[in-house]
Amino acid sequence: MIGNLPYVAVVIFIGLGIYTLMFKKNLIKIAIGVVLIENGVNLFLITLGYRKGAIAPIYTQAPSGQAMVLPTPQALTLTSIVIGIATTALILSVAMMIYKHYGTLDTDQVRRLKG
Amino acid sequence: MKEMSRIVKTVTNFVYGFIIIFGFYIIAHGHLTPGGGFQGGAVVGSAFALLLVSYGSLNSREFLKKDILSLFEGFGLILFIVLGFSGLGITFFYNFLANSGGWFGDTAIIGVNPGNMNTGGVIPLMNIAVGLEVLSAFGVIVLTMASGAEFTKKKENS
Amino acid sequence: MNLSNHIPILIIAIPLLAAFLVPLIGRINKKATGIFTTLALSVSLILTIALAVKILTVGPQVYVFGATSPSLTLPSGLKFPIRIMFQIDAMSIFMGLITAVISFLGAIYSITFMEQHSGLDKYYSLLLLLTVGMFGMEFTGDIFNFFVFLEIASIAAVALIAFRGVNLGEPAEAGFKYMVVSSISALMVLFVAGIFYGQYGLLNFAALASVIKYSQLDMIALGLLVPVLAMKAGAVPMHMWTPDAYSEAPAPISMILVAASQASLYALFRVVFSLYNISLNTLTVGWIIIIFGLLSMFIGVTMAIIQKDIKRLMAYHAVSQTGYMLLGVGVGLAVLANPEALKDYGITAMEGGIFHIMNHAMYKGLLFLTAGALFFRTGTRDLNKMGGLAHYMKYTTIFFIIGAAAIAGLPPFNGFASKLLIYESVYRFNPLLSIIAMVVSILTLASFVKVFHSAFLGPKLPQFKEVKETPRSMVFAMAVLSCIIIFFGLFPDLIVKNLVHPAVMSLIEQFKYTGTVLGGM
Repeated sequence: MIGNLPYVAVVIFIGLGIYTLMFKKNLIKIAIGVVLIENGVNLFLITLGYRKGAIAPIYTQAPSGQAMVLPTPQALTLTSIVIGIATTALILSVAMMIYKHYGTLDTDQVRRLKG
Repeated sequence: MKEMSRIVKTVTNFVYGFIIIFGFYIIAHGHLTPGGGFQGGAVVGSAFALLLVSYGSLNSREFLKKDILSLFEGFGLILFIVLGFSGLGITFFYNFLANSGGWFGDTAIIGVNPGNMNTGGVIPLMNIAVGLEVLSAFGVIVLTMASGAEFTKKKENS
Repeated sequence: MNLSNHIPILIIAIPLLAAFLVPLIGRINKKATGIFTTLALSVSLILTIALAVKILTVGPQVYVFGATSPSLTLPSGLKFPIRIMFQIDAMSIFMGLITAVISFLGAIYSITFMEQHSGLDKYYSLLLLLTVGMFGMEFTGDIFNFFVFLEIASIAAVALIAFRGVNLGEPAEAGFKYMVVSSISALMVLFVAGIFYGQYGLLNFAALASVIKYSQLDMIALGLLVPVLAMKAGAVPMHMWTPDAYSEAPAPISMILVAASQASLYALFRVVFSLYNISLNTLTVGWIIIIFGLLSMFIGVTMAIIQKDIKRLMAYHAVSQTGYMLLGVGVGLAVLANPEALKDYGITAMEGGIFHIMNHAMYKGLLFLTAGALFFRTGTRDLNKMGGLAHYMKYTTIFFIIGAAAIAGLPPFNGFASKLLIYESVYRFNPLLSIIAMVVSILTLASFVKVFHSAFLGPKLPQFKEVKETPRSMVFAMAVLSCIIIFFGLFPDLIVKNLVHPAVMSLIEQFKYTGTVLGGM
């Protein structure tokens, strides 16, 4: 049961992220919603590799005879975090550009493209 | 953004060198300990962000220049791709330096070992390329956002 | 070193190297960036054609990164297919040809279209990165590599859509919407990669296809993957980003974005056909894709008729034509488990859908380029303000007529060939679908007659007195597309037999896909 708690946390993260994306009206909060979903997916990837009673998958000066957790999901998560930084930087820069031209960050007023 | 008080500036003067050195340590030992190109580059980038925040965006333009950081970013990227091309004898991204006795060419011991920095082949070189690229990219992002915020504030106040 | 073995990676690595060299070249000479980009993309185009000839004669190719064989042999004799690799078969190279031609023409068009903008070195660098992302999406052999290239393409596309946002506000708004939508879809693809890895311990498409069991978790993965990839392709009801993104991007980028949306459509077909194949309930999933297709066709064209902005109208038509592709391939999927229906009309329906992908890229690209030419000379995109431009811009008028006739499905152009294949085979499956498709085609013709009348016909207007014909590089790009449209329209049988039919068979026969990687172990 207690091994399932990280998966519950993943569902809470993704759920909160989707709620923020759909119902909040400030552009920065929408960007935070995207970051929340990304953190949830990263947590999911890392939790997949866990094996009970194992240590980090590093050979340098490790105690011998120990099981190690799976290293592949850690590589996948690292790539995903790097991509997440590029996404966050870009989405915040575009939000800054919107503020420069529209004067507001409220999505009810950033609506020149309609129909 | 405005500069911060004298206490913050003095502590920054002490600390930013250590942060940059620690970042380079993480980049260089990426094939033995946790870390590598991106993580070390992010740490050095946070040192740049510390300098920018504590000295203010107008003053920090004297020692953090966007063109030079952009140039380093280009060098890091080109070094990475050239290292990929140089393994083209067998296949792209082939580790042609591993176990060969040259640069970074000692054979790596599989299993628990105290860690030999001379192993790894092309991997530490790629770590350095990626680290160089990431630290310049962080510097450019933070400087561009700061100058963009300045421009908007000027327009607001006028 | 035998270079011909390395063609798959050179197609991607040369634009990537060029993308990193362009900022350095931009410091020396601003004008050389456009010419350098065109050179790199032309090398890519030549290599893609060479690879297409090799694949269509020899067979599917596998290219492994960083090792000599696609799987790692443990000392106990167990073989793990763990290497990152490119797996290129007939369907992948079909999409690769589209990408190569469209990006090359986009770069040529941009040389004169974007001349007055600043920051051009970043524009060309991003264009090359978008091309790299699209090629990677089409050639890759495992699902995490697909996620990485999908994100590369999305980030480059957002920066290009918001490129004019330095001076105007609307491109930034369009870029924000597109960024949120593509972030969500890419993160859900990563989530599905996590589900597959946790269940089977494999990330490779071919290896997964040989062990997949369609358990509850696989159903959840399919249920996440189909809507999310259809969202990136612009299917209704997830199409809200398409009109904003296509209309606010610069015209050559709109053309390349059409090819990028089709790369996501390719991924949808690859997942449903080569990963799951008949292990899923093909009738249900086929009908879901058919419903997406019908909604896209109808809502796309009805929203397009009422538009006043010429590029927004063409963007809604892009949504509508994506519906045709989904309809054709959906019918093929629905009869996949039924061998005589498959041979009877299923394969023809899929041929129509997949041929329509290439035709759509060509004529929609041509239409976006003519809209860009109108914007370049008159400075406006509003149809109410334009008029009588056929007197001044003769070449653009001819290219527009060719593009509009092709999209409406008139006979000597290529739209007719693929639409006829779809109508005839979908009629055998369910007559109502075919009738809806024909009505949509008529409405498409109506809306383009409206555009032609407002923009080109009519008396000479005084405010357009100094409008000249478009510069030569733009005319060259539009002329090449027109020649391809006329050639495909006159000889469709040549294309269907040599390019489309091998692509369809490589999607249907899953064992060939897995056998290329696992059989050679």
